[in-house]
This record gives sequence, structure tokens and C-alpha cells, in this order.
Amino acid sequence: MTTQTVSPLKLDTEALSLDSVSLWQITRRRLFRRKSSVVGMIILAILILIALTAQWIAPYSPILSMLDVKPSQNIQKRSAPCIHMLGCPQDQPQHIMGTDGNIRDEFSRMLYGARLSLIIGLSTVSFAIVIGTVLGALGGYFGGWVDNIIMRVMDVLLAFPSLLLAIAIVTVIGPGLINALIAIGIVSIPAYARVVRGSVLSIREMDYVSASRALGGNTYEILFKRILPNALTPLIVQGTLGIASAILDAAALSFLGLGAQPPTPEWGAMLGSERNQVFTAPHLVFFPGLAIMLTVLAFNLLGDGLRDALDPRLAHMS
Amino acid sequence: MTTYILRRLLLSIPVLFGILFATFALARLIPGDPCRAMLGEKATKVVCDEFNHRHGLDRPIPIQFGVYVNEIAHGDFGNSFRYSKPITELLMERLPITVELSFAALLVSIFVGIPLGVISAVRHNSWVDVVTMMWANVGVSMPVFWLGLMLAYIFALALKDTPFQLPPSGRLSPGLITIPFFETWGLELAKGSFFYNISDFFSRMNIFNALLTGNWEVLKDAVTHLILPAFALSTIPMALIARMTRSSMLEVLGQDYIRTARAKGLVRRAVIMKHAFRNALLPLATVIGLSLGGLLGGAVLTETVFNLSGVGRILYDGITARDYGIVQGFTVVIAMFFVALNLIVDVSYAYLDPRIRLN
Repeated sequence: MTTQTVSPLKLDTEALSLDSVSLWQITRRRLFRRKSSVVGMIILAILILIALTAQWIAPYSPILSMLDVKPSQNIQKRSAPCIHMLGCPQDQPQHIMGTDGNIRDEFSRMLYGARLSLIIGLSTVSFAIVIGTVLGALGGYFGGWVDNIIMRVMDVLLAFPSLLLAIAIVTVIGPGLINALIAIGIVSIPAYARVVRGSVLSIREMDYVSASRALGGNTYEILFKRILPNALTPLIVQGTLGIASAILDAAALSFLGLGAQPPTPEWGAMLGSERNQVFTAPHLVFFPGLAIMLTVLAFNLLGDGLRDALDPRLAHMS
Repeated sequence: MTTYILRRLLLSIPVLFGILFATFALARLIPGDPCRAMLGEKATKVVCDEFNHRHGLDRPIPIQFGVYVNEIAHGDFGNSFRYSKPITELLMERLPITVELSFAALLVSIFVGIPLGVISAVRHNSWVDVVTMMWANVGVSMPVFWLGLMLAYIFALALKDTPFQLPPSGRLSPGLITIPFFETWGLELAKGSFFYNISDFFSRMNIFNALLTGNWEVLKDAVTHLILPAFALSTIPMALIARMTRSSMLEVLGQDYIRTARAKGLVRRAVIMKHAFRNALLPLATVIGLSLGGLLGGAVLTETVFNLSGVGRILYDGITARDYGIVQGFTVVIAMFFVALNLIVDVSYAYLDPRIRLN
């Protein structure tokens, strides 16, 4: 008979140690110990660096056609990538990722796209977190009909597949990057409202909250200063994973022509506008999609890592 | 169990009303008047007055909502001005294509995802586990439209003239036609009758129809056309299912009764399949149910990429043509479908785990 050892629950010596170590220090150490979250953080660091320095490292404008930038050069539209170091003839201008259908440098557009993607992810999730937290906190703290109404509305929002609801909202309020962000933000609210409500429900019964109430703390103080800061942990995890799905949904909306409009260098829109050229100029589809995937992957890896680091009960399963 | 199902049914009524209210509100929020939004910019005042009167749009808002709910209850989901057809008719034509695609994708994700998850858990921390989980992480991060386009490029162009060549778009090769099974069988069904509609619906699923009629040429062609879209659409649910199976299996494998099963000398296979796997299946019901919603959303993108004229594709066309009738009608139907699916998942969950229905 073959035997198989089941990994026993490791004692979390760090959490048990008597030295004063803050939750964040433990989390950081656990996060850096996990290879996949380190990979996520490295990809993210590179993306942030690119986003911050796009205007200096991009060789050309992300919006102007090469015909306007260097009219003397004979550049075809949708030309294949040309890298001099890899044997591309010196007399041809270097375009690391080729040019797009409007004879713009694809590489420069990709670099600026990183900036947009991060802004999209962070802004939609911040929007959803703020509204979701307020709704969830109010529902969880007051209970009764307030909770009932809020959670039933959230149930309705959850009843739609998220991308379809976002599509319906954008169709009504009109296409465009900002509207797409609002739509994705609205669609993501229920996830945060539920997480916060759950935490608030368990925390409001704790002794220190009762103590605060006995000391005469008002509702605002108890809710926002005593309860919410302690409900942050699951919100951080949900938020990180939420950025990933927000970026993916925003790219999908742009791909369908509902999000960023030309000439905005948004990866989903870049991919969508060249999708019919996949057989003649596959690089114009390949690079933007790869970039979306890597960005989403980075946030997913980081989110998973944070979840395991913040919740040691899950650590043995990862 | 009956009490649980009844309670769960009652709970979904407010959600259904909420969905109706949300879609009703969306249609009223469309800039400009609903008549021109539904019938097109060129609708004349006379036509619009008639339209408004017919749909009760000249009446107070609460009554309008009542009329809307009444129409939906009678199976009237509105009309599409682009196709000049009722939404219900369009749905009957297009839904089979999406159902076929989603079902194929779901089958792929279940039959690949679950074994991968089980192997990963059993061989915890081995290279199989590492590779599977890396792939699962990439899978959930993959934009389905990008994967679809890349697959089309690889299998239709890069692998052209090899045995692996696959068609990049459409449902059947040009020249091939399918005859509905009820016609092949010589069934006399009155057009418009209930049985005709049902048979017509199922006959539009090419693979199903070809199986019933024994048309192997069409079957082979339909399957080769479905492989790429189904694979693209299945990636995300497959990765989610693999991850969920793995973590659920790991949790169960750590339980005392597994140790007992091993200690009493059961073969490893029996321990894994009979003791661990069956108990690990439970959380999977939720993931599979939730994946279905994702499949419906992903179908919009997959059908657009692979030129399949299903619900997703028509929704895309409706969006680009500003056909609000389509967007509103299809959104309601899909949301109701999704609520029904969640209901089924919850009920099956309660059936599998008595603790839930007794709570």
C-alpha cells in the first residue's frame, strides 16, 4: 500500500512570537515568502514604473501618426515589428512592436496603455469600495429595514452577469471611458458591500465596541473609527482581486467599442480596433492582449498572496 | 426539502421584481424619448404617439411599470427595430447557438478542470501541482477575446494544411446544410405550436440535431467549428474549477476520516475517489453555478470573435446599432435565466448538504 503524508498544519511561530510584531509586518513577511506573490509584485512594479515614465521612455507619440512625426520615412501601416538588434535592416525605422492601422508606433501606445490600465483598475475599485463600504457598513451596523433594503438592491445587482450589466449601463449612459468606468464601478459595488457588512456584523458585537458605546461614543465615531478600521483586512484582499477583474471588464468593454474611444491608447480598444487584422498583422492583437493578461495576472497573484498572508487559516492550502 | 425550495423561491421574487425595475429604469433613463430609442430616429410623431399609447408610455410611471411587468409575464419582451421582430422570436432563433456553445464550454471546463484539481491536490507541491496552478492563475487572468483571436490565428493560419487546422469562424462549412430532425423524421408539427417551437429550438443546435438525424458529416463539421470557441470560453471557468477542486480536496484530505480510511487499509484510489472526492464536490456546485453567469457574459465576447450568431453576437449588434429593445429584452431574459440558475445551484447544494436546508 502506498502511503501519503498529508502536510500537517504548520505552527505559525511568527504570529505566536512574543516580540511585538504588527499585523502588517507579519503580512509583509508572509507575502515575500510566497513565490507567486513576489512574481505578481515584480510585474506590478514594472508596470507602475512604465506608467510613471511613459512620456520619457516612449519613442514616439501615442496618438500622432508617423506621417506627422517623420513624414520623410517610408512607413507602411501595420508594419511588422522591426528591431535593429535582431537583424532588422538599419535603413528601416525601428518599431519594436510595429505600427498600427493609423501608422502609429505600437510600442509607444502600449507604454501609455499601462498608465490607463492602472488608472482604470484603481479608480473603479476606489469608487466601488467607497460606496460599497458605506452601504455595507450602514446595513451591517443598523440592521433591520436599512440592511434589508440595501442588501436586496445588492442582490438585484448580483443577479446580472457583471459584464452584461456593465454593457447595459454603458448602452444607456453612452459609450466612453469614463462611462465604462462608472458602469464597472456600479457593477462591483455589491462585492464590497457584502464583505464590509459581514465584517461589521461580527465586529459590532465585540466588547471594545460595547465599551466605546458605553463611554458615550456617537454612531459615526463607533462605526468609522472603531469598527471599520478593523474590517479592512478582507476589503484589501477583495479590492486587489477586484482591480484585476475591473481591468479585464474595462478591456472587454473597450474591445466591444463601449469603453475608451480612438485614439486613446487603451489596450482593449487597441486590440478591438485591429481584431479583423489578426491574420495579417497578429502582433497588433498579440501585444495588447498579453499586456492585459500580465496586468490582471499580477493583481490576481498579489490578491491571492494577500488573502493567504492575512488569513493564516488558509495558508496550509496554498 | 420542500420547505427549503419554497422559501428559496419566495426569496427570489423580490430579486425578480428588482431586475424588472432595474431594466425598466434603464429604458427610461435612455436620453431622448423611448419611442425613437426603440423604433429608430426616423419614427414620425404619429407612429410615436401610437407606440406610446400601445405601450402605455403616455400614462403615469407606476402604471407604466405595471404594464411592463404584465407584458413580461405574458412573454412579451418587446421588439427589435433593427430586425423588426419580437425579442422572443429572436431569442428562440439565437439562444440554441449560445446554449450549445456554453454547454460545450462547461463540459470542457468540468471534465478538464476537476481531474486537474484532484491530481494537483493528491500530488500536492509536486511539479504537476505547480504547473497546474500556474496555468490556472494565467487562465483566470486571460481576456477571453484575446485568447479567442490567438487560437484562431494559431489553428487557422499557423497550423494551416496540418491535421490540426481548425476553422476560425462560423458554425458550419459553406455548402453544408442541416435539416431539422423533425422534418427528417417526417413529423407533422403545426408551425407555431408548442411542440414545433420546442423541436425547432433544439434542432438549431447543430451537434444535437446531427446526432438525432445521424448526419455524421455535419456532426464532424459542427464539432470542429465548436472546438476553438468552446475552448476559449471554457478557460476561465476551467481554471476556477481546477483551483476550487484543489483547495477543497486539500481540505478534505486533511480530515480525520481520511486518515481512518487509510488506516483501515483501503486502497489509495478508493480513499481519494470515494471518501475525499465526493465530499470535496460540494463547494464545486457553487463555483460551477457562478461560472455559468461568467459563461453568458463571455459568450458576448466569444461569439463576437468567432462570428457565431448567438445571443451574445446579437447583443453586440444591438449595442452597435443602438437597438435598446434588444439590449433591454436580452438583459431581462439573461438576468432571469441567471436567477433561475442560482436557484438550481442553491437547491442542489441543499440536496447535497442537509446542514444547509436544516439551518
